[in-house]
Amino acid sequence: MLARRYVYVFIGLVILLVFVAFFGVPLLWLLLAPTKTDSQLAHESPFAFGSLTTFANTFHKVINYQGQLMLTWLKNSAIYSFGGTALALLAAIPAGYGLALTQFIGRRALLAITLVVMILPSTALVLPLFLEASEVHLVGSVWSVILPFAFFPFGVYLAYIYFSSTIPKDLLAAARIDGAGEWGVFRYVALPLARPIVGLVAFFAFVADWTNYYLPFVMTYTNTEYPVSIGLQILIGSAPIFSPGTPGSAASEIFRPDLAMATLIAILPIVIIFLFAQRTLVKGMLAGATKG
Amino acid sequence: MPGTTAVPPVRYPPVEGLRVEGRRRDRPPAGSSPVAGYLFVAFYVALLLCIGVAPAVYAIALALSTPGGVGFGHFVQTFNFFEFAPAFEHVFEFEGIWLASQTFFVVLLALLVHTLKRRVSSAFRFIFYLPGAMAGSASAIVWLFMFTPNTSPWAFILHGLGYQVLPNTVSPGNLPMIFAIMAFFTGAGGWIVIMYGALNNIPDELIEAAQIDGSSPLQTALRIKLPLIRKWVVYMLVLSFAAGSQLFVEPQILAVATNGEVPPQWSPNQLAYYLAFQQDNFNNAAAVSVDLLVIGLLVAVLLVWRGKLFSVD
Repeated sequence: MLARRYVYVFIGLVILLVFVAFFGVPLLWLLLAPTKTDSQLAHESPFAFGSLTTFANTFHKVINYQGQLMLTWLKNSAIYSFGGTALALLAAIPAGYGLALTQFIGRRALLAITLVVMILPSTALVLPLFLEASEVHLVGSVWSVILPFAFFPFGVYLAYIYFSSTIPKDLLAAARIDGAGEWGVFRYVALPLARPIVGLVAFFAFVADWTNYYLPFVMTYTNTEYPVSIGLQILIGSAPIFSPGTPGSAASEIFRPDLAMATLIAILPIVIIFLFAQRTLVKGMLAGATKG
Repeated sequence: MPGTTAVPPVRYPPVEGLRVEGRRRDRPPAGSSPVAGYLFVAFYVALLLCIGVAPAVYAIALALSTPGGVGFGHFVQTFNFFEFAPAFEHVFEFEGIWLASQTFFVVLLALLVHTLKRRVSSAFRFIFYLPGAMAGSASAIVWLFMFTPNTSPWAFILHGLGYQVLPNTVSPGNLPMIFAIMAFFTGAGGWIVIMYGALNNIPDELIEAAQIDGSSPLQTALRIKLPLIRKWVVYMLVLSFAAGSQLFVEPQILAVATNGEVPPQWSPNQLAYYLAFQQDNFNNAAAVSVDLLVIGLLVAVLLVWRGKLFSVD
């Protein structure tokens, strides 16, 4: 009986470690690749460490590539993501509050529609959005990316769950009896209590916006407008190893370690957010479950 | 959520949350004025109309407007394109592999992680979740290297399969599998965290009672824990199916990286993009978009409707 138990534990551990390798090895590889030169990358062990000097050189090469294009892309990603997230919060937090704690005709219908559009993958709306944006000549403007990012029904739903489960209705009633107006109740009673949900919605919105690819892919046209998610694709397109026939001199060519470095730079903001937000994150993902 | 990759790192609220809608009997507090309610939701409703409803309606209108008036001409025309059927077949094959493996492994890993001490399990959960940071083009690039035999840490597997160069790995028959691996890599961790949370919500007394009755850990996992997280598994399946049908970024990156070896109309969304941008045929592009929109909407409505049914049990 005891022996059988150990066999279970052993098998379980092996499975877990296999998946630690599956999820962890690509990340480890990505950290190590820029420490090597292109030929080292192709000929040495995938887990060999090159040198920090090579890492620094690769970093500078990627940053300075074509007049610091990488910095432009990062800046664009920041503008789209911060802009989109800020507007998403402005829309979602009051909407969640309104849906949870006020009364109006159509409230339940709006809630049901919110659930439907939340489940509908936003990718499904990208091309229709492009068709609409080109009709109103918004394509190429930052708003063509930021406004769709501002529409974040998942955030509305999270805020709704939060307000309806954590804010005691008596508290709001008391404030009203004390003479607070509707705005006052929201601003001075509900909002101060809503800090966790603001952080949570901001987290999900920002990560989704930063990693988004398809929407800016159809809405932006030039290197000066691309976010970094598309910049990475531009770099692949200029890497002779993947796109033979790409013209370019050795100095301007993109090699494999450069691609790895660019990828690392592109994901760094999200990794940092993950590290700091881990606790909140887990709580947030279980928003519905932890209630009640 | 605006994560337009097939597998956004954003996770969805659990089915549990959906029950609120169906179960809610108590009215919102009296005394709040209806006008205030409208004002609070106004900005969101404006966005919902402009970003959610208007483009969908416009796409439908474009798809239905033919030179001869309103009709299904563009739907018929796109349906008869030689790329149309293969694009949907590709995506459904990808979904089959991805959904089956994701369901199995996410549940398995969540059950395993749940047997560990909390501190240890949090390290595992973090490692599983971290690749979510690479959703989109970043993960496609990293896996490009993982699938290139002379740079891959998995070279021994690739060589074992007889692959010497990248084009061997990304041969047409392998693509659904390859995209399934990429999708699993960035998406599974979030679901494992969710399933783990669901398992934590099972009352300890229930597990202890089973153990006292002589249930082995395996029996407890299969007979007690699994049925109790079944809803979440259904939820994961449905949401992943909807997201997977929209596959775009991964085949797109591979098309660029393999110089056209992977065709640029591999998935339906790519086909719609191709029709709009390479053929400048917005009506046909709209028709394919509407096909995809209908799939997404059907799934969403089904889940919300089922979500209400869930509250009955």
